[in-house]
Amino acid sequence: MDIPYTTTPREDTGLYNAKVGIWLFLASEVMLFGALFSSYILLRVGAAPGTWPHGLLNVPLGTINTLVLICSSVTVVLGWASLKMNRFDRYRIYQTITVLCALLFLCIKSFEYRDKFNHYEIIKKDGTVVDGHLIEKTKDYYIIHPLPKATKKSMESEHPAAHSGAAAANEHATATAAGEHEATGEHAGGAEHVKIMVSDIERAQNYGPWHNTYLAIYFTLTGLHALHVLGGALVILYILVPGAKMWKTDPERYTNRIEISGLFWHFVDLVWIFLFPVLYLL
Amino acid sequence: MSNHTAQTAAASGGHAHGHGHGPEEVSKAVRKYLLVFAALLVGTIVTVLASYIDFGHPGINIGVALFIAIVKASLVAAYFMHLIDERKLIYGLLGATAFFFTGLMYFTLWSLEPGSFIHLKH
Repeated sequence: MDIPYTTTPREDTGLYNAKVGIWLFLASEVMLFGALFSSYILLRVGAAPGTWPHGLLNVPLGTINTLVLICSSVTVVLGWASLKMNRFDRYRIYQTITVLCALLFLCIKSFEYRDKFNHYEIIKKDGTVVDGHLIEKTKDYYIIHPLPKATKKSMESEHPAAHSGAAAANEHATATAAGEHEATGEHAGGAEHVKIMVSDIERAQNYGPWHNTYLAIYFTLTGLHALHVLGGALVILYILVPGAKMWKTDPERYTNRIEISGLFWHFVDLVWIFLFPVLYLL
Repeated sequence: MSNHTAQTAAASGGHAHGHGHGPEEVSKAVRKYLLVFAALLVGTIVTVLASYIDFGHPGINIGVALFIAIVKASLVAAYFMHLIDERKLIYGLLGATAFFFTGLMYFTLWSLEPGSFIHLKH
């Protein structure tokens, strides 16, 4: 059975069906991400004063990822324009760049995620807090490379978020790593690695989504966005490689497929345009 | 179908899109796409630089960042997604979406009014 209106517009809508379909889907996507942005606003405003973390994310990496997505967005639209101008060779080059940009974006994102999962906050029984990257972990001890100003007295606050990354950013009484921990003698970036015995630890937790509400909404928003990047890249890749034979049999329908996948890709870029300043800069 | 025929058919696809998407128009539009691309790059750099400026009130910093983001998003939607030249049905569909999205944000901000639960809990 032939699918109707894949190229010719319907009389009542003036559009081919797939275009109406993708816009309906994007409308639902707007509400999906809108609900998550609404959650972000409520969590941020509802946090106790001074506890919302700032500076936890790597701004240069976030900026590079933003530029990568913008590049991929323009190559998608140039790819579609190339088909419209009968330049299938150029289209292939542009869409290959698009897929490579998507891979680069996901690589950088996974690097950022790995950094968060290796970043630990350890609260000791004496109340000091060690905050830094995990070097080694056994059943008896942790070896941490502390971040600057990351070893300090735990805030005496009843608010759970105050014991999180937010606390690490605050200027409170500090105890130096050298005086409080057994130094391993290794140096990196000017700070010694510190060895902390498990018997001295009250609580040890990495900066995963469970660490505080900021990281919970960060992983939710960026994780959902990354899934969209992955899904969009797979569709673009499918149309580019095995689906390309349609160009010879039904070029107009093929060009429409590029337009539809492109609309989705631009939406993914559009969401990131808001995610970047909200999560990385503000 | 030969490749030449395929190309001709794709190039004549203007009627499928119906409005301003013929080969000549697309050729002219490419220049616009590149200008938008440059504007998006500049907008990203300005967003990052603006975040390091203390405007005196956090609300102003948030406002500046969101304003630049809205301008960038509008450029993407208008030119890359062709919303500047689209059918009425799409505008109507997006109008309904904008209505519900605005309602969602209105209720979100409404719940942040002084005296609301979210403030009382502190």
